[in-house]
Amino acid sequence: MKGLLDGYDRGAFFCELMDCAAHDPAVALIAERLSQMDPAELIRRAEIAEIELFNQGITFTVYSDKDAIDRILPFDLIPRVLTSREWDVLERGVRQRVAALNAFIWDIYHDQRILKDGVVPAALVLGNANFRPEMVGLDVPLGTYVHVCGVDIIRDERGEFLVLEDNARTPSGVSYVLENRNMMRRVFPDLMDGIAVKPVGSYGMMLHAALTEIAPTDVAAPQVVLLSPGIYNSAYFEHIFLAREMGVPLVEGNDLVVEDGCVFMRTTAGLAPVHSIYRRLNDDFLDPDVFRPDSTLGVRGLIDSWRRGRVAIANAVGTGVADDKAIYAYMPRIIRYYLSEDPVLANVETHICGEPEGLAYTLANLEKLVVKPVGESGGYGLIIGPHATAAEIAAFRLQLQENPANYISQPMISLSVSPTLAGSKLAPRHVDLRPFSITGRKTWVLPGGLTRVALREGSLVVNSSQGGGSKDTWVLE
Amino acid sequence: MMPDPEPQNRAPMLLSRYAESLFWMARYMERIENLARILDVTDTFVRHGADQSGWRSVLRINADEARFLEHYDEVNAANVAEFYLVDRENPTSILSSLFAARENARTLRPLISTEMWSQINIFYNRVRLLTPADAAPSRVSGLCAYLKEQCQSHAGITNGTFYRDQSWSFYCIGKFLERGDQTSRLVDIKYHTLLPTAEDVGSPLDVSQWHALLRAASGYHAYRRIHPSGMTPSSVAGFLLMNQSFPRSVTLCVRQIEIYLNQLSSSYGLRGAYAAQERLDELRAALMDQTIQQIIGRGLHEFLDWVQLQFIGLQQAVAENFWRKTDAAQGQTQSH
Repeated sequence: MKGLLDGYDRGAFFCELMDCAAHDPAVALIAERLSQMDPAELIRRAEIAEIELFNQGITFTVYSDKDAIDRILPFDLIPRVLTSREWDVLERGVRQRVAALNAFIWDIYHDQRILKDGVVPAALVLGNANFRPEMVGLDVPLGTYVHVCGVDIIRDERGEFLVLEDNARTPSGVSYVLENRNMMRRVFPDLMDGIAVKPVGSYGMMLHAALTEIAPTDVAAPQVVLLSPGIYNSAYFEHIFLAREMGVPLVEGNDLVVEDGCVFMRTTAGLAPVHSIYRRLNDDFLDPDVFRPDSTLGVRGLIDSWRRGRVAIANAVGTGVADDKAIYAYMPRIIRYYLSEDPVLANVETHICGEPEGLAYTLANLEKLVVKPVGESGGYGLIIGPHATAAEIAAFRLQLQENPANYISQPMISLSVSPTLAGSKLAPRHVDLRPFSITGRKTWVLPGGLTRVALREGSLVVNSSQGGGSKDTWVLE
Repeated sequence: MMPDPEPQNRAPMLLSRYAESLFWMARYMERIENLARILDVTDTFVRHGADQSGWRSVLRINADEARFLEHYDEVNAANVAEFYLVDRENPTSILSSLFAARENARTLRPLISTEMWSQINIFYNRVRLLTPADAAPSRVSGLCAYLKEQCQSHAGITNGTFYRDQSWSFYCIGKFLERGDQTSRLVDIKYHTLLPTAEDVGSPLDVSQWHALLRAASGYHAYRRIHPSGMTPSSVAGFLLMNQSFPRSVTLCVRQIEIYLNQLSSSYGLRGAYAAQERLDELRAALMDQTIQQIIGRGLHEFLDWVQLQFIGLQQAVAENFWRKTDAAQGQTQSH
């Protein structure tokens, strides 16, 4: 009998399933089971999954004049599988990254040692639009700024994990990790039979525990809430999901009020105190007294209450400076500086044009590189060398030489592939990975993470707005 | 009250915004069911030639006559059914009510069961796709049956899965307030349409119309059980307004509201319920302390007008004391 994976050709890319199946019996078993599937049955199950996602409202909503249209994030039912060895590297790497981010953010809002030591250019940090002067000198509970982090990771053609981006503000997507697993258990239980996959269900409890740890210490049973911009936000489903998983109220700005420096929510019995806020609202909107004065989504006086230590906010204000493209290039050095360790997870090879060596390399290889502006000061746009004309490269060369500190360069990235249902076949499609970590006193990493998949053949764009979907991510025990 | 030794039995607090959404979700779902009942019964009886004024009286029950005529040339089965079933421009259509119910349910998703949400979501997404052709006269009855069934599914799922704390009380207050209001409107309009005119007095009563009224409230068989012989206009009105056991009678709805308001004030210690309780006392006394003959003698229409004003006042008392501050934030939840 011909198997579904018989003609599968991963091309020049690393394949998440087939390259691991070669040396891991559990992965080989999964590949074998997939290969034996009847394509019509796979399609039927995919349809059921799609209908269920829609019916359960695991959707983002597009509002028009009088209507609300629900869209689902397309779900591919072929899982992305990580072995325990691979996961060990990822988990250690994410922990290390988060520790370095927190140390860095504490430093730049206190002593600024790393700037004085010249490891990171001061202008890059202090002149960054996401640097919040309001945060200077402020001590946050446990020294944790980045409570929830989602590090975007890709895999090159040799199978090496590389960090593409740190998301240290309000990363989203974790609800799909848990819902995808639920969906797999319903529509594809036979694939997991007898295979030990690390569970993901404890995310809500871990998040609640971290939010409790950072709450004011004089409160016996802190009240945690999730602050959402409301039902018109495209991530509203995730807000609901997390509030439910934590068993806490989902509040909007209007539900909260600050009195005498303390935060309260409006309940049917009057005002009730709030001690810890998981906010899914950007810095700018949090408090019209401190940030955008026109914000109606936030709470007047919230930041003042936070400064007084009467309420905890996760993630802290001002983390955006650390996940900026400009700082990203320095992350390996930041890790070494604070932790005296080599990075577990490498960056995508990045050349800092503000440095002579990086500039020389970039100028010599412009036709092979992607050159990106850094910080919010960019403006000149990026250039993709292999797709640019000779004239465009020549023009760009001048721009680059004029202001080299404004740029970094990277080789064209390659993303690994994973077998994905395409029509009635399994075909390679590019994927990335966003593991989620939670940090209160310690850092915990949710096994796996969100695997996004570019559903269009050959596409490297995994974003949901451009034809991306997601997969369940299995970490084998 | 005895202190409760079980920590899990301590009532959790409830956001004011959630209380408001619960109240409105319940009202809208109840409104849909009532409207579906009225459309269904009207369709049956107009079809059998018994009551040609039926479609107009549906418009009058909902005080929609003027607005309807701005958009439609003629009061007929097809137009009224379209107006109430699938017209998204009409804020009193079932589609609009269902949209509002679902928006409230979306707000409440952190609180309500997944089954409750899923059912409303599927229900709305199906109704959203209906076209005027689906509301054509030949399909009205089938569509109304589907709508009623879905509302009953909602009620059953809610009954079986919703956590019984103060949230449940707010849900039930909204539901019974809407139901009581709807029954009072139904009696108000129908009673006067159906009363024999001067020249008819003495001729045999056309009981089929009174059957229709009872059936619209799903009360025909219950009425028959307690009035095995004969049927008089006053006994039908009395049944729908004052019966203590019929689930859609105004009196029963008022007593249910009373139970849930009492729960709010005594079980959950919410002083916000006092004002509504006071208003309700007045309404209950008016229903308990007179016979239907006395009410008809003093003017049924005037009485029902007053009942409807009491319901409005009751709602205001609940809103002002439990969620007034968030009124501005709840654009999608409007009264009629």
